[in-house]
Amino acid sequence: MQIYADNAATTKMSEAAVEAMTDCMRNVYGNPSSLYRLGQKAKEKLEEAREEIAAVINASPREIIFTSGGSESDNQALLTAALNGRKNGKTHIISSAFEHHAILHTLNKLEKNGFEITLLPVHENGIIRLDELESAIREDTCLVTVMTANNEIGTIQPIAEIGEICKKHGVVFHTDAVQAVGHLPIDVKAQNIDMLSASAHKFHGPKGTGFLYVRKGIIPQNLIEGGAQERGKRAGTENLPGIVSMTAALKEAVAGMEQNNAHMSQIRDYIISGLSEIPHSALNGDPKQRLAGNVNFSFEGIEGEGILLLLDQMGISASSGSACTSGALDPSHVLLAIGRIHDVAHGSLRLSVGEDITKEEADYIIASVKKVVEYLRSFSPVWRDLTEGKKEFILK
Amino acid sequence: MALYSDKVMDHFLQPRNLGVIEDADGVGEVGNAKCGDIMKMYLKIDDDIITDVKFETFGCASAIASSSMATELIKGQRVEDAMKLTNKAVAEALDGLPAYKMHCSVLAEEAIQAALEDYQSKKSN
Repeated sequence: MQIYADNAATTKMSEAAVEAMTDCMRNVYGNPSSLYRLGQKAKEKLEEAREEIAAVINASPREIIFTSGGSESDNQALLTAALNGRKNGKTHIISSAFEHHAILHTLNKLEKNGFEITLLPVHENGIIRLDELESAIREDTCLVTVMTANNEIGTIQPIAEIGEICKKHGVVFHTDAVQAVGHLPIDVKAQNIDMLSASAHKFHGPKGTGFLYVRKGIIPQNLIEGGAQERGKRAGTENLPGIVSMTAALKEAVAGMEQNNAHMSQIRDYIISGLSEIPHSALNGDPKQRLAGNVNFSFEGIEGEGILLLLDQMGISASSGSACTSGALDPSHVLLAIGRIHDVAHGSLRLSVGEDITKEEADYIIASVKKVVEYLRSFSPVWRDLTEGKKEFILK
Repeated sequence: MALYSDKVMDHFLQPRNLGVIEDADGVGEVGNAKCGDIMKMYLKIDDDIITDVKFETFGCASAIASSSMATELIKGQRVEDAMKLTNKAVAEALDGLPAYKMHCSVLAEEAIQAALEDYQSKKSN
C-alpha cells in the first residue's frame, strides 16, 4: 500500500491544475506586457486569474499580488508593514512563537534593524490567547502577524477575533494562511485581514507560485525591483502557467472544501484515537481546533527519523519534528513552543492526510505506526530506563 | 542521491548485534536524550578478546546504523585493537554519512571506548 500522508509539506497537483498549466504553456506563451494579441491574450488570462483568486477570499482583484509562494509573500508582507510603520514612528511587531520560519527569520532580520518583536505564547493547545494579544498591543505597534493554521500541528487560530482586535487598535493584521487557503473558508473582509499569504502547492497547485493579498489603503513595499508588473509592486515577467494552474487548483479546492473537510476530519479523529492506544504517547495541539487532515503525535523513548524511514519502507510518507530530520540540533520550534521538552519533541510524527484518504488506509497507518513504535522502543536505552523505572515518563 | 548509502539503510533496517548482554564485562552509554541520540554498548570479553557485543540505541537511522557497524567492526577483536576504532572507520565502513550526521559515528566510537574503559576499570579493581 502506498499512502502519501505529507500534504502539509506539499500536495500532488490536481488534474485540473496540470491541465491548466500545460494548456497555458502550449497556447498562451505571450508576455502579458506585450501589446500584440498573443501578449494581450496572456494579459487577459492573468487578470481573469486575479479576479477568480480575489473572489475566493472576498478581495478585489487589485488587492492580489502574484508571487513565487508563501515565503516570498510572508517576506513582502512583513517588509510592507515594517517600512510603512517606521514612516509613522511605529517599530513594534507582534507575532506568535510558532510561526513558519519565513515569518520568524524575517522578524529576526527586522529586529536587527531596530524593530522590537513580541512573540505571543501559543500554550499547550497551540492557540494564542486573545487577551494576551490585546495587552501586547502598544502605541507603536505597526503589525500583528499570526498564522491562520500551523504547518506542523495544524492548530487553527481565531483569525476573525484577532482581526477585530487589530482593527479596534488601528494595527495592521497579516496572516500566513499557507496551510489554510483552499482548506478553510477565508473572507478577508469579514475576518478583518489586512494582508494574507498563500502558496499554490499546498492546495494541489504548482510549486513556485503563490499570492499576497494587500488590502486597499496599504501601500505594498517591493521585495523585487524592476519592471511594472503587478502594478509595480513585484517585478518580473509573470509566471502565467503557474498562476492559471494555481487558480484552477484553488477553485476546485474551494468547491470541494466542505465535503472534503467533513470526510478528512472523521478519518483524522479515527487515526488520533487509534494512535492514542500507544502507551506513553500524546497528540500535539488542540484535538478539535485543527486542520481536517492533520495528526501530530509524540512517542516517548524513540526518535522521529527512524519512524519516518521505517514508515517509508511500509509505503507511508510522513514527516517529523525531530532535529535529525532537519539537520538542526534542536527539534521543532513548534513542539517546543507548545511545551514539549526536547526528549519528547524528538519522537514526533506528523501525518497530513489528503482528501482521498480511506478508512482502510487509516487502519493501515495506525497498524504500521504501532508496529514501528514498538520496534524502535524494543532497542531504545531510553525506553528501557523508562520501563525499568530509572527515569520518569513525561507522557503518561 | 539518496540521503543515506545502501549500507546505512541495510544496517538501519537490519541492525546487527541488537540487544543486551545481561552479564556484560563492560557497558558504556553515551549521548543524551535532549540532543536526540543515546547509545549503549555491552561487551563480553574473554582473555582480552571481544567475544560478544550488543547495542541499544535511541536515535536516528544513522545513529542506529553507526552502532550496528561499530559492533561488527570490533567483534572478535583484541581490546587494544578495538580501542583504536575511530569514527572515521565507522563512517567509511558505512560508505559515508551525510556531513551533519558524522556526529553519529563519533558517538559510536565514544560508546565503544566507554564500554572498553568500563571493562578495564572493572578488571583492575
